[in-house]
Amino acid sequence: MIGNWLDIGPVNQIEPGMARTLPVEGGEEIAVFHTMTGDFYALVNKCPHKQGPLSQGIVHGAVVACPLHNWNISLKTGEALGGDEGCVPTIPLKVDAGRIYLLRSAVLGEKPKPEAA
Amino acid sequence: MNAPVSFDQEKARETGRERLVVIGNGMAGCRAVEELLERDPDRYSVTIFGAEPRVNYNRIMLSPVLAGEKTFEEIVINGQDWYDDNAITLVSGDPVEHVDCANKSVISASGRVEPYDRLIFATGSDPFIIPVPGKDLPGVVTFRDLDDVDRMLGAAEKGGDAVVIGGGLLGLEAAHGLSLRGMNVTVIHLMPTLMERQLDEAAGWLLKEELERRGQTILTSADTEAILEKDGHVAGVKLKDGREIPADIVVMAVGIRPNVTLAKTAGMEVERGIVVDDHMVTSDPAVLAVGECVQHRGACYGLVAPLWEMCRALADGLTDRPSGYQGSVTSTKLKVSGIDLFSAGDFSGSDGSEDIVMRDAARGVYKRVVVQDSKVIGAVLYGDTADGNWYFDLLKKGEDISDIREALIFGQAYASGGALADPNAAVAALSDDAEICGCNGVSKGKVVACIDAGAHSVDAVRSTCKASASCGSCTNLVESLLAITLGEDVESGPKTMCKCTSFTHSDVRRLILEKELKEIPQVMQELHWTTPDGCSSCRPALNYYLLCAWPGEYVDDQKSRFVNERLHANIQKDGTYSVVPRMWGGLTNPKELRAIADAAEKYQARTVKVTGGQRIDLFGIRKEDLPAIWADLNAAGMVSGHAYGKALRTVKTCVGSEWCRFGTQDSTGLGVKIERMTWGSWMPHKFKIAVSGCPRNCAEATIKDFGVVCVDSGYELHVGGNGGIKVRATDLLCKVETEEEALTTCAAFIQLYREEAHYLERTAPWIERVGLDYVKSRMFDEADAVAKFAARFRISQKYSQIDPWAQRAGGDRKDLHTHLGEVRPLQMEDAL
Repeated sequence: MIGNWLDIGPVNQIEPGMARTLPVEGGEEIAVFHTMTGDFYALVNKCPHKQGPLSQGIVHGAVVACPLHNWNISLKTGEALGGDEGCVPTIPLKVDAGRIYLLRSAVLGEKPKPEAA
Repeated sequence: MNAPVSFDQEKARETGRERLVVIGNGMAGCRAVEELLERDPDRYSVTIFGAEPRVNYNRIMLSPVLAGEKTFEEIVINGQDWYDDNAITLVSGDPVEHVDCANKSVISASGRVEPYDRLIFATGSDPFIIPVPGKDLPGVVTFRDLDDVDRMLGAAEKGGDAVVIGGGLLGLEAAHGLSLRGMNVTVIHLMPTLMERQLDEAAGWLLKEELERRGQTILTSADTEAILEKDGHVAGVKLKDGREIPADIVVMAVGIRPNVTLAKTAGMEVERGIVVDDHMVTSDPAVLAVGECVQHRGACYGLVAPLWEMCRALADGLTDRPSGYQGSVTSTKLKVSGIDLFSAGDFSGSDGSEDIVMRDAARGVYKRVVVQDSKVIGAVLYGDTADGNWYFDLLKKGEDISDIREALIFGQAYASGGALADPNAAVAALSDDAEICGCNGVSKGKVVACIDAGAHSVDAVRSTCKASASCGSCTNLVESLLAITLGEDVESGPKTMCKCTSFTHSDVRRLILEKELKEIPQVMQELHWTTPDGCSSCRPALNYYLLCAWPGEYVDDQKSRFVNERLHANIQKDGTYSVVPRMWGGLTNPKELRAIADAAEKYQARTVKVTGGQRIDLFGIRKEDLPAIWADLNAAGMVSGHAYGKALRTVKTCVGSEWCRFGTQDSTGLGVKIERMTWGSWMPHKFKIAVSGCPRNCAEATIKDFGVVCVDSGYELHVGGNGGIKVRATDLLCKVETEEEALTTCAAFIQLYREEAHYLERTAPWIERVGLDYVKSRMFDEADAVAKFAARFRISQKYSQIDPWAQRAGGDRKDLHTHLGEVRPLQMEDAL
């Protein structure tokens, strides 16, 4: 089961209220967020509006404000909030024993396998 | 070790009962047996093994024992008589070391073999020990059982310093106990917020403040590097940032993990915990598990409530009336140092969810209820937890709260009481004598009278009778009174800072000073923010206001900074950055130009452009390369140009009297002096200066925030110009005779703007709003006003003239510039 998840290191590499990035060779760079309430989320690091790097936005609640044009993107669903429309792919993430794991197939941009945990 | 045996087993076996062995004499193991006895007292012959040499006690009451509020006898759940009365064999102080599933028997440390028909693992959890040097030193203890408590009490008798690593529930209880026992306690917590799993940032901040007020030292965002030793005993804790804290005892309370060692060797399916189904049965049908050692539907629990629910399901299953455990929604209600805290459910907030927040600064209360699809999904309460159970009940039942939504945050008594459910009706029902504003002692009658007399907005009420003009906690009551008295005619007040608050920018700035608010969470609490951690509008504004109000004291909050100010470069549309080194007064030299040219090539700047502010902009620099390019530019003597900030940008100059045949003064020299004085200062918005050497004004000083036009007799000082979307020429502020006066007046004007403008308000709209006469009267009505403003500016500059590029190039905040790792599909694991 652990094989489906990619260990990207300990939770304390990301300060609450901030995000860090994970480039994927041949794929989309991923932004991993740590909210002030202690939750973690991962999204493709591209605003659906003009591809701004969401990892550099201000995080408030479970929302990030894109640094380019201040679109608010939900960290939970990847959807643009307010009047804006658009959606960025989310990467399933779990935290276990102080480490962050991303769903390998989603990192690589594959369709998740049906039995994937 | 001799095990006390309280019952003759042979006798039990003769009765033909099934043999049940329980590994673990803790809360889960004994509760499971209790539940079982309640259902069918005659079915099983029970043997319980316990590693601790004592009867079953309430582990969660160890904190009161440590604090001296209870004795061990008072926290015993089941004394020896319970084992005797129920014919239970207790084997204490003799842990099970081996489980033989094939032969259905367990073997203890002393060699005792106990066969079973059914076996229950109730092995609980172990404290997690962080793997740092010194972790095994004498004097380093955990907080798990009575022996740990005894060790702590032993240390406390001698007094001295205690360090508790871990600012979670357990750690804070240990700290509280040791503090009450007279030790000087420091809590070290890795995260920035105490108890971050149970509390949000706002509540965590309140807790930290209160604990500090009670004499504990709380270090958050503190990472332990090593435990220090002296003469073979613990002597202190060293943090990764180099700080050392002396300690006579160190308590590790960073967390627990399910104790699965025995189950794993016995061949059970084990992940994080012992994997069980809904009937608490493990991968071996004869073996069950219950409590903190299990993993049910992927979840492990460390709280007591789920444990009771598991025990019920287990007992139902063992007596052939299977009910099934569905997993638990947990809540935490606790008192730390007499402070009431409650949290339940999901309080992380999401798009579909709404936060209802109430803050009562006077009572030290913070309440937050998270609502989604008209249902309560989470709650955090600080200071007043009376309604915790009610919210938890609404949450568990998934009740539709649309009808009581308005009054939900006020609690059960308010929300469920018929007419009281409408806050306006509740306010209408108050007597005229009822006090509305506690700060200013204003009654309902007075507020209504003042509304009747023409105050038709919250602001008008504030300025006439002072109700809600101080802490603002009664703003909603005043709003209700306006609505009741005027119906539709309520005038909306001036624009609030953002949707998170009912205060305007000016109110917030004034209250930060009046109430001496010094941190963002404190502002949010005291001023009754309606969101837990603000938004992307108010956070940068508050960060600036605090920075301006408390120079040298306030620590800049990077997560409240817009990306450009966090990375000290300008983000471009492709996600790369542009870098502009400072060129004092627009002057440069071959050495600097060579360094810029080298950097442009080395870091592959795709565009090199001369800016309108007389300097050079390098485009297309990657986030990871920023510290390196800065180091190169620093080496040539250049510092950050702050071209990215709400800050002093450039001081544009013409060549002035040194070269120009029309020049009247040394405009370039003055420009350099002004830039040296003002660089690095944070402002409400970007701030541009220019110095022209004569009225021909080649430096375009009359469309700058502050412009100097040199004339034969001295210097004309102009303010409030803007060349942006809406062009505005400057107003003449005054004329001075000397360079010194020009510099001082410049500093004073900047400080007035810094102290009074709204965040993101350029000088042009600010002056249009307040009027040039106001600015002049603030600066010149009192003889020493200019000197005072200028002095405050210089104090502030002492703390801001530190080149941020040099800091980052020196390795500061590496996390902002580096990736977490890289994923390369073929050798993914190695890459990380």
